[in-house]
Amino acid sequence: MTETIHEILSAHRFLAVLPEGTIELAAACAPPETFEAGRLLLREGDVADTLHLIHRGRVSIEIHGPGHCRHIIDTVGPGHTVGLSWAAPPFRCQFDARALEPVAAVAVDSECLRARLGKNPAVGYALLERLVSVLIGRLQAARVRLLDLYGNDSDR
Amino acid sequence: MTATAEHAGRPAPQRGTLSPEPYRVTGRRIEGADVVTLALEPHHGRPPAFAHGQFNMLTAFGVGEVAISISSAPGAPGPIEHSVRDVGAVTHALCRTPIGATVGVRGPFGTHWDVDGIEEGADVVVVAGGIGLAPLRGAIRDLVDRRRAGGGRLFVLAGMRSPDQILFAEDLEEWRRSGAYVTVTVDVGAPGWHGPVGVVTTQLPDTPFDSTRCAALACGPEIMMRFAARALVDRGVDPRRIRVSLERNMQCGVGLCGHCQLGPLLLCRDGPVVPYGGIAERLFMEHQR
Amino acid sequence: MMEVGDVAVFEREGLELLIGTLRSMGYRTIGPVVRDGAIVHGEVSGAEDLPVGWHDHQEPGRYRMEQGEGPELFGWAVGPASWKSEFFTPEETVWRASITGEQVTLSEPDDTTGPVAIIGARPCEVSALAVLDRVLAEGAHPDDRYSARRDGAFVVAVECGAPASTCFCPSMGTGPSARAAFDLALTELIDDGHRFHVQVGSAAGAAVLAQVPHRATEESDRSARQEVLSGAEARMGRSLDTGDLPGLLARNLEHPRWEEVAERCLSCGNCTLVCPTCFCSDVTDVTDVTDVTDVTGTVERQRRWASCFDLDHSYMNGGPVRPTTASRYRQWLTHKLSTWWDQFDESGCVGCGRCITWCPVGIDLTEEAAAIRAADGAVGSGKRRVS
Repeated sequence: MTETIHEILSAHRFLAVLPEGTIELAAACAPPETFEAGRLLLREGDVADTLHLIHRGRVSIEIHGPGHCRHIIDTVGPGHTVGLSWAAPPFRCQFDARALEPVAAVAVDSECLRARLGKNPAVGYALLERLVSVLIGRLQAARVRLLDLYGNDSDR
Repeated sequence: MTATAEHAGRPAPQRGTLSPEPYRVTGRRIEGADVVTLALEPHHGRPPAFAHGQFNMLTAFGVGEVAISISSAPGAPGPIEHSVRDVGAVTHALCRTPIGATVGVRGPFGTHWDVDGIEEGADVVVVAGGIGLAPLRGAIRDLVDRRRAGGGRLFVLAGMRSPDQILFAEDLEEWRRSGAYVTVTVDVGAPGWHGPVGVVTTQLPDTPFDSTRCAALACGPEIMMRFAARALVDRGVDPRRIRVSLERNMQCGVGLCGHCQLGPLLLCRDGPVVPYGGIAERLFMEHQR
Repeated sequence: MMEVGDVAVFEREGLELLIGTLRSMGYRTIGPVVRDGAIVHGEVSGAEDLPVGWHDHQEPGRYRMEQGEGPELFGWAVGPASWKSEFFTPEETVWRASITGEQVTLSEPDDTTGPVAIIGARPCEVSALAVLDRVLAEGAHPDDRYSARRDGAFVVAVECGAPASTCFCPSMGTGPSARAAFDLALTELIDDGHRFHVQVGSAAGAAVLAQVPHRATEESDRSARQEVLSGAEARMGRSLDTGDLPGLLARNLEHPRWEEVAERCLSCGNCTLVCPTCFCSDVTDVTDVTDVTDVTGTVERQRRWASCFDLDHSYMNGGPVRPTTASRYRQWLTHKLSTWWDQFDESGCVGCGRCITWCPVGIDLTEEAAAIRAADGAVGSGKRRVS
């Protein structure tokens, strides 16, 4: 059973609330892709030019350092997105994104997307609003995690 | 009780490559955040000359040896200082060493911050994370003195864990009083703290240095240095004028044991201070190197 | 008295005198001997202690010896032992300290091993000692104990006539003829008779040779030697393409071959043990004190062979920097063939082939390098564009 890009995008939560025409716009810039477990979707330092819409499997957002090896900051599953740095300068990936299990996604090319959105500002505005809402959610979650609520009280 | 160390078998000063000089602990200061600063003086003679950013191998007799940056000013009379963070058996023993006890010292080794190489009129931005401020202390003090008479400005951006774990708070205050632009950012705030909270690199866009005529020094956890260097480059600083201090497992300190290799570098010999542009920039991105 | 660069010939009996002269000068004469089915290093008091008639058969992961009827002393290639263990010893106490309260008394044990004369180092091994010298004796902080042992040593090199299938010294410019610093270099010539062509490499070598009856070389001697060397070169088992090899490996750190070889590599470290140039060591303080807050007892600092394949070799900040076999194999190979150039301005490999023979799964670094070269620029995971 192979779904078309159109079907996948229509079902994807990120695009669900967006106006008519967004799906078509995105589909034109969006080849399907798969990643084996352990493969990187994004690598810190690379040019950020892709918005990955995950529709199967989970992805970890990580940062690596010597000795501790990998810190996993976040995990993203089906219906969610990987890749935010494409949306603003310096258009550079800040973290690694790695498939935790076999992952199927749609890779929306951001340059292509931005070009088309430029001609459809209403759709563009709606898409960015959607993106901002994802960002706010993640930022708030990150801030609460900074409180280290499960740590020992003696650490404070 | 006087502490002495005699050296038999070979005439001093012709010591074996891995044999330490005996030094006495003449002072200790608890800095907080598991950090203790030891003041050391040699049993015989004066400490050898060193430059900002270099390190010594310190031996806690009976436990082991570890590489610690020298944080005092070169050429100053009196003891040399090392700030040690208690993270393992050797550093634990060093942190507990009482005044009067003997530790071993080998060094100085490694490359330095090259403060002399920064022209007078250039701004200098120093980004330090946690204990990373210790290897920069001597260089900052030197830069504060040099810029008293004019020339470029000095900017010190220090990141610490929380308000009660700010290392070298008195130094930071003294540098601020001497005219340097100093900010301290904490990861997590606390009641009474009115300073910035967040990642230290987020201070960079608002820091008023002239990126076209600027050198930068960064020291701290590798992830922090990586992000700080990138943020500096985004602000327009020439990557080759940014220096970072790299770290790997160090055992001999003199280029013989092979442990501190990082790609083409032997960090005890070709580092720890290394330019970002062209060198550290690439090494930061090579995973598991 | 002969001079550096001079050549001569002496009969097989002369070797007995050569060894005897060195012994009477106070050298420990150490050479290749057969023990436990392999060529190892042991005391050689006469030519009969050498591997008379022995041949070796080496392949990736395989080493066998067999003894024939012939008189040849050097009809084999190399064994697992290399000469680095005489000078860069597997373990060594570099100082001792006795601690009583706050009093520390430090002493450095004298090296009582005495000067060593190597009887029969292959050209690749002589080159390996030169490589090791550059690392351990010619840096800003030379290893004093290594240097003292090297300074006191006498090296009799023996050129190669019977390379193994795992050898590739011509690729690395280290053989089959003797190149780097030796005191005397021999080539075994067996046609009608049994003699040695000898080259003088130092004044000390000339002085020792003066005690051995010898004659000037004739055309037949020189051409016999050339035949041995060109025969060896022609029969060399493999080769390594060294064209821009450092650059090739440096730009292929993400090559999928590293993951592939990691599926075979056991991370056992055999290669580093047998390699004549690997120099990693652990420096640890060993103590018999039980309570370091009331320190009484003795401490020793020991230097011991280590391997970059050890998981803890790169330990820092709570974990190893190289936790995967792929990263450790990559470290070993790129250091040996690439970053050694950055660090020491030459290759770390001398083409002796030991790592290929003694790898339990037969990994061949010439093959690994060739595989990377064949797919230069290949990447394993996803797209890879760095801004």
